[in-house]
Amino acid sequence: MRSLLLLLPAAALLLAGGPRRPALPAAPAAARLAADPDNAGLKLPVGFGALRVAETGGKARHLALTPQGLIYVKLNKPLNGKGILLLKPQANGRAAVAGGFGNYGGTGAYVKGGYLYASSDHAVYRYALDGKGEVRQPAQPEIVVRGLKTGQEHESKSIVLDDAGHLYVNVGAYSNACQERDRERGSKGVSNCPILDSAGGIWQFSTAKINQRQQDGTRYATGLRNVVGLDWNAAASQLFVMQHGRDQLHDNWPQFYNDQESAQLPAECLYALPQGANAGWPYIYYDQQKGQQMLAPEYGGDGKQAVSGKYLNPAAAFPGHMAPNALLFYTGTQFPARYRNGAFIAFHGSWNRAPEPQAGYLVAFQPFVNGKPSGKWEVFADNFAGSAAKTASGRADHRPCGLAQGPDGSLYVSDDVKGTIYRIVYQGK
Amino acid sequence: MKFLLLPLLLSSLALPSLAQTRPKAKSKAKPKTTAAIPAATLARGAVVYKNVCLTCHQADGYGVPNLNPPLIKTGYVLGPKPRLIGIVLRGLPGPIEINGDEYKQPMPAQAYLTDAQVADVLTYVRNAFGNRAGAVGEVEVKAVRAAK
Repeated sequence: MRSLLLLLPAAALLLAGGPRRPALPAAPAAARLAADPDNAGLKLPVGFGALRVAETGGKARHLALTPQGLIYVKLNKPLNGKGILLLKPQANGRAAVAGGFGNYGGTGAYVKGGYLYASSDHAVYRYALDGKGEVRQPAQPEIVVRGLKTGQEHESKSIVLDDAGHLYVNVGAYSNACQERDRERGSKGVSNCPILDSAGGIWQFSTAKINQRQQDGTRYATGLRNVVGLDWNAAASQLFVMQHGRDQLHDNWPQFYNDQESAQLPAECLYALPQGANAGWPYIYYDQQKGQQMLAPEYGGDGKQAVSGKYLNPAAAFPGHMAPNALLFYTGTQFPARYRNGAFIAFHGSWNRAPEPQAGYLVAFQPFVNGKPSGKWEVFADNFAGSAAKTASGRADHRPCGLAQGPDGSLYVSDDVKGTIYRIVYQGK
Repeated sequence: MKFLLLPLLLSSLALPSLAQTRPKAKSKAKPKTTAAIPAATLARGAVVYKNVCLTCHQADGYGVPNLNPPLIKTGYVLGPKPRLIGIVLRGLPGPIEINGDEYKQPMPAQAYLTDAQVADVLTYVRNAFGNRAGAVGEVEVKAVRAAK
């Protein structure tokens, strides 16, 4: 075993040096990293370990790593005027906060093409990175797009870039179900929901221009209530998103749904989005138990009327209200081959299941084959909440919010309760 | 029982972590409310809370971060009753701040509740989750409902 361990650093360097990721001479190979004895409190599959990379103390939303292994963390609320933290890796596989900038909140963070992209609830900024992965001018970002539509719900503007110079931005619907009176019992849906004109979808922008407004972009997909987790699947050349499904079926329509049904429905859906896709919000929701799109009660449904042929079906469906806040297609080779090109999903955890027990606070894995989900999803990293009782009550110690892949194929997870940054590594049997 | 109708200023004595930021005058009088409120009132209020309020404000009254505010020793709950009644009857569309944290999700109106149900649930909330405050009466709810 020890002779094998001596070979591993060299092997890891070779594996890490893929087409877009230069090797990191200073970083120890994953197999030599000392995971925390308690795996950072997480429950993982056999062969995996976890480290607490850093405790930032901020509301850490999404995060992104540069090819050099620097970590940028977006905070929902600036800490001491810093809404983006820079963490620099240390020899033991952990990282230390080395600075910060960007005095705005928000969720989005993505590294691509020599830039760090970050979003507030209103705009997408980008910062040029130097050869070491550091931001050249932290006080002077370019504004890629500003004035994004924002209401009082679903304001976060998650982002991702493809390989063809496009930026995709979630513009969440500022409503639960497009009712005339939001979240009020029995209030009907507004016909031809006007929210969809400028929200409730994914907007696409060119990265060749700056200072754009929302109307300079294209509404790439519509009928999506709120997408906090999205990723570009490079292997399939397609945009995938996770939707936060609507709330309060029982509260608003007790004649059609009891507490249990309302806790489980609707599904949190994974969608594969071609340009022009329409996922159907607010007119339908997806019932994963029936395997059907159902007419929403706001638009005349009663929990029993199915709809077909009009809207996009999900690629995969997950239990209700778990709040998918990040989606990541794994392209590394550190993890076993079955994880390659599959989807990790960070479920932030529910509130709307009450009075039933809450659920989520875990990272799930959905296997993919040939660009499509294949087989049932699995729980990959669990116990972010800290205990079964904390999961059930919804009073979680940590709530996974962001996912990112390191240059060596480690999986990084951020927590927006305490700002813990986790690193999950594969260390063999 | 007139002391029950005085605006209660107990929020100034609340735990710092949950006190509303608006300044309030201190009150020395602490009405003995728990002995005066019938158990049946609190029981009815608990049922309304479970059926109407619990989904958003949660079983422990702590609410949901960023979305739905806590009900624990805040100025909104322990303060002037007409304002609290108004929130239940008409909703609260705008964001509110409690102890430096913002809660943005709009609260819908619950005008379909009867005056008795509103009185019971607010009496319950003002005496649950560690809160101690005077009961809310049907007459007070009727007055707020009629005012607009």
